[in-house]
Amino acid sequence: MSRYFIDRASKNIVFVCAFASILVLIAIFVFVLKEGLPAFQRVGIIDFLFGTEWRPGIGEFGILPMIIGSLYVTFGAMLLAVPLGIGCAILLAEVAPFKARQIIRPAVELLVGIPSVVYGLVGMLLIVPVIREIGGAGFSILAASIVLAAMMLPTIISISEDAIRAVPRGYKEGALAMGATHWQTIWHVLLPAARSGITAAVVLGMGRAIGETMAMIMVIGNSVKIPVSPLDSGRTLTGNIAMEITYADPEHMNALFATGIVLFFLIVILNGTAIIALKRGGRAYNAG
Amino acid sequence: MLNKTSKARVAVTVSGIILLAGLFLIGCGGGTAHTITEAGSTTVQPLAEKLANAFMEDHTDVKIIIQGGGSSTGVRSCNDGTADIGAASRELKSSEPALITHLLALDGIAIATHPSNSVDGLTTEQVKDVYAGTITNWSEVGGDDEDIVIIAREEGSGTRDAFEELVMDEELITSGAILQPSNGALRTSVAITPYSIGFLSFGYVDDSAKSLSIDGVAGTVENVKSGAYPIVRPLYFLTREEPTGQVKDFIDFCLSAEGQIIVEEEGYISAQ
Repeated sequence: MSRYFIDRASKNIVFVCAFASILVLIAIFVFVLKEGLPAFQRVGIIDFLFGTEWRPGIGEFGILPMIIGSLYVTFGAMLLAVPLGIGCAILLAEVAPFKARQIIRPAVELLVGIPSVVYGLVGMLLIVPVIREIGGAGFSILAASIVLAAMMLPTIISISEDAIRAVPRGYKEGALAMGATHWQTIWHVLLPAARSGITAAVVLGMGRAIGETMAMIMVIGNSVKIPVSPLDSGRTLTGNIAMEITYADPEHMNALFATGIVLFFLIVILNGTAIIALKRGGRAYNAG
Repeated sequence: MLNKTSKARVAVTVSGIILLAGLFLIGCGGGTAHTITEAGSTTVQPLAEKLANAFMEDHTDVKIIIQGGGSSTGVRSCNDGTADIGAASRELKSSEPALITHLLALDGIAIATHPSNSVDGLTTEQVKDVYAGTITNWSEVGGDDEDIVIIAREEGSGTRDAFEELVMDEELITSGAILQPSNGALRTSVAITPYSIGFLSFGYVDDSAKSLSIDGVAGTVENVKSGAYPIVRPLYFLTREEPTGQVKDFIDFCLSAEGQIIVEEEGYISAQ
């Protein structure tokens, strides 16, 4: 009887755990919404989203420069990290000898454990001066994209590698048996078959990119200005919140929470499009 | 037998709860301690914490809670009574309630540049034009033909507020300025960026950046003290009425020789 009791009890406990995490999500969303909505009402949603002036001291709240800053940095980082990451995953899953893999894999995993403030510091002291040589102040979208790419890499590499490894052995053997070279097998069979896993890797990496705060504040320059060239300084949505929350008076605070709402929807939209785009691509490939 | 284990478990849980509740009550006990709340300027905050810790060592019956929030918050919470003591790192504005000010220390704002810069001094007017974005090249102020990299603090920072009040004179800091969220981050940015300019509290100046002379007065602690250096702000404790009791004891301690030694140790200039 007690066996069944434990069985039932653990089922309930697991349910409570799942429910608790959903409750946290709802609580955060409701709280941010409640704190942020007054700013939309006061400033007007259009002026808030498309205003280019952010001067809380005189009551101007426009976050377009930060929306563009966040998107710019995220795409810049993906441009660098996705090819590198998938390349490294192919190497680890298919090309590298066992010994090399035993060194590379733990090294990549170690990258995950480095706190973001350390990435920021390294970026500030090494990457920023190098970019200064190219032009501008050094604190720039480009510097932020490079730092962010380094932070996304471990996620993309390890999940993509697992996805490539999870492709049934028969696919690979079939391709090789039909005379395909190793590279043809990787490109035309393994990668398409692992597509959904690689999609997950890219989406998770992107999530990390858009949410990253500390390292960004340290290298991006934080100017409230729409960045044009990658050498320009800019500011991200997360950076905007973190920089100013300590001093904010109630009105300013509402505007920062409203920034959080925008960030929330931006993440949903970005993840949605990434998943749809990559799935579409897959179907087109299969049809062709 | 299984029943026994579950009974034992219940017993352990219950005694655990009682123990926790007991600890909680002990924690709340000793309720005779008098609590003083200080709130306001984040520039004053670390200094106030040091002073409060030193004070509480000798006055174990007093508990001082130090909060941030910025100078405006300090004025507001002192006036409405949510804080016993307010803190402000600037002069009170005429629009603000008249509170009693206790001058705790003086803090100069240094204008710093990269050590390699050939420019050694600027006028207050030039600093203003640089930050307003009308002077953009070092050659306009007698330096090399290089763009000025403007570095400032974020919106709401007490140092920025004081800089705007003492230097900017109603002009806005250009939106092209690079912003750093702390005195330390700003100093590092200036130190690694040739042809940069930044402003920071004197408490943070070191050899990694060059402190410019302003209106011909070198940016040194001595010149701030003598009153010759132009960009100086007061750090105030505020009270609504003449302080009494423990609040008076604490403020007296801060202004005493002993308290002022801590002020100087923290890199600020003694008010005495």
